[in-house]
Amino acid sequence: MRGRRASAVSVIAGALGVVLTLGACGGGSKSGSTPAAGTFDAKGPITLATGKDTSGYLQSALDKWNSAHASEQVRLIELPESADQQRQQMIQNAQTKSDAYTILNVDVVWTAEFAANGWIEQLPADKFPLDKILKGPASTGQYFNKLYAAPYLTDGGMLYYRKDLLDAAGISSPPASWDDLAADCKKVQASNPGVGCYAGQFEKYEGLTVNFSEAVDSAGGKVVDDSGKPVVNSPEAKKGLDFLVNGFKTGVIPKDAITYKEEEGRRAFQDGKLIFHRQWPYQYKLASATDGSSKVTGKFAVAALPGLSGAGKSSLGGHNLAISKFAKNKGSALAFIQFLTSEPEEKLHLQKTSEAPVYSELYDDPELIKQFPYLPILKASVNDAVARPRVVKYGDATTAIQEDAYAALTGQKTTDDALKDMQDKLTSIIGK
Amino acid sequence: MTTTTSVDVPTTPETKPGRPPGRRAGVASFAALLLSPSLLILLLVIGYPIVSALRLSFIKTVDGVDPDTGLVTHSSVFSLANYIDIFRGDTAAAFRNAFWNTTTFTIVTVIIETTIGVCMALVMNKAFRGRGLVRASILVPWAIPTAMSALLWRWIFSADGVANDLLRANILWTTEGFQAWLAVVIADTWKTAPFIGLLVLAGLQIIPAEVYEAAKVDGSSAWRTFWRITLPLVKPALVVAVLFRMLDVLRMFDLPFVLIGPQKKSTQTLSLLAYNDMSNLHFGPAAAYATVLFAYVAVVAYAFVRLLGADIVGRGVGGGR
Repeated sequence: MRGRRASAVSVIAGALGVVLTLGACGGGSKSGSTPAAGTFDAKGPITLATGKDTSGYLQSALDKWNSAHASEQVRLIELPESADQQRQQMIQNAQTKSDAYTILNVDVVWTAEFAANGWIEQLPADKFPLDKILKGPASTGQYFNKLYAAPYLTDGGMLYYRKDLLDAAGISSPPASWDDLAADCKKVQASNPGVGCYAGQFEKYEGLTVNFSEAVDSAGGKVVDDSGKPVVNSPEAKKGLDFLVNGFKTGVIPKDAITYKEEEGRRAFQDGKLIFHRQWPYQYKLASATDGSSKVTGKFAVAALPGLSGAGKSSLGGHNLAISKFAKNKGSALAFIQFLTSEPEEKLHLQKTSEAPVYSELYDDPELIKQFPYLPILKASVNDAVARPRVVKYGDATTAIQEDAYAALTGQKTTDDALKDMQDKLTSIIGK
Repeated sequence: MTTTTSVDVPTTPETKPGRPPGRRAGVASFAALLLSPSLLILLLVIGYPIVSALRLSFIKTVDGVDPDTGLVTHSSVFSLANYIDIFRGDTAAAFRNAFWNTTTFTIVTVIIETTIGVCMALVMNKAFRGRGLVRASILVPWAIPTAMSALLWRWIFSADGVANDLLRANILWTTEGFQAWLAVVIADTWKTAPFIGLLVLAGLQIIPAEVYEAAKVDGSSAWRTFWRITLPLVKPALVVAVLFRMLDVLRMFDLPFVLIGPQKKSTQTLSLLAYNDMSNLHFGPAAAYATVLFAYVAVVAYAFVRLLGADIVGRGVGGGR
């Protein structure tokens, strides 16, 4: 009998391991103390916590700063490649009030959460040339009309299209509206039956929030209004969602596209399976590759996203730089952010990594346009782009949006029900 | 693999009867002294997090946003609210769904894996040319980290992947629905049937050949030999293997997370539910889910041990009877 009990006890001890990981991560949920206005005097060594530096360019920018500032060295701390894990590590750093990370490279949608929880310092707006920065990206660093993160890099959606197929079908210009897009597809598919019409990112993840918001905004609706109130249950929003839902029903959007993230869609476009593709600028270089990996090299062009009647509106992507509340040497941090987000640095960054800058002038630079022909289109896209809902509990909000948008796209809910449920959930999350 | 590491909890050595009492006390206290460092470490790395998670699961936090500054305001109270929410409202539906998935995954995958695993072990136990190669190749899936194999299966199950080519179908495996659940079962079986195969093989190899010779002499059929000799004798190893698999599947996380995606209802398990809540900073509900999962695992393990007499600390099966 004793043996039995001992074995049962050890089984339970084994089972205890299950909760370990979860328990260990949950420690300490105290925060919300009133933040004092930051002072930016202290100088000294600092760190920059950022996602993986895949281009290798960032380190060379740091080296340039370091050689000129011997006593204010910046050290690069590379976080995992996945955005969720970056956010988690930054939050853990904040909850333990650690001074390990000085400058945080934050995704534009985290600004509200980080600022509201008092994890990042309010920045002096007069230290940054916000008037030279495109208004879309400039707004992403703000929360309650105060600057919390300096605009650094931006991203906007564009419509990639098969110029060769459109030309062959006698269509001279890219579609300006969703109806044009469907009509163009009909003409092209008449002689190319195998090719799909349109795709974006419709898998159930952050990309769906981006694409859903774009559809709503492009139809004249809004997910969240300017005062932060959810207004997604509107006739305009319904027209936007209907475009996607009917797209799947009528075959304008191929069935496979419900599993597309950025990369799946890119493969389909590069394999010549799509006429139109909503995608970020990074695809331009890869789809233009001459090593045989792309079948559409030289056959495609980009245009602004179409909308319900006339031009559509993109969702804003990108990253901003913020200063951790718990860091030391915030004076050096501010100076370094000014250096890294300065116009000459952003120009270099664009040339080396093709990541889009926030300065309006760079998009008009003929030398840069020669290297990146899509810059004028991207400028228009980013300038009119709409930030995703600026919500403190962004994680909950985006989950709710994905849940109901996906249910509508897969036919589990009607668009009316989906938008009504989404409105209810967002209202309870945002609390207004 | 957090569970397996802590299974070998050192039990206090039993003192043999007939020793002088004074010396026994001395030995016991010396033994306690020797064990104290490991006990201390166990207390630190197992005891503290469990107590901390339990405490956290009873803290209900209400967040608000200050309308003037936009800053978050927290207020926390000790209450049972996190547990009550599990059985009430929207969260109850999510919990029931995750509980159902966890349970069905456990039952279905363990049954399939055990069947295939035993077959694998029987094959590996036979003497034939190239046996070493077969053994090694059967173990390859087990050696690949789950996240990697989940990525590989994601390619196989993609819309234009190998699975659809072979089936000449156009199934969207990773979308919500039964097919996503099935994809996880297939990938999990591929990965862990070899684990059961390996443990059962170890059990098979200690069955003396004489028993089979005697069965042959008595004219027993191969089928009867399997049910009457092989299975009863391999039972101790098999039961332990099945128990380990059950504990593993009950906390399944990485396979659905990578293969199907974290937000999909069709494959959301209790671990995923806790993870999602935690990454959205709802530590209280996350800890409550984890505690419920812990209790579930403990109950299943205890019931399994009582019913089948699993011998996981190696005292020999017959000892307790």
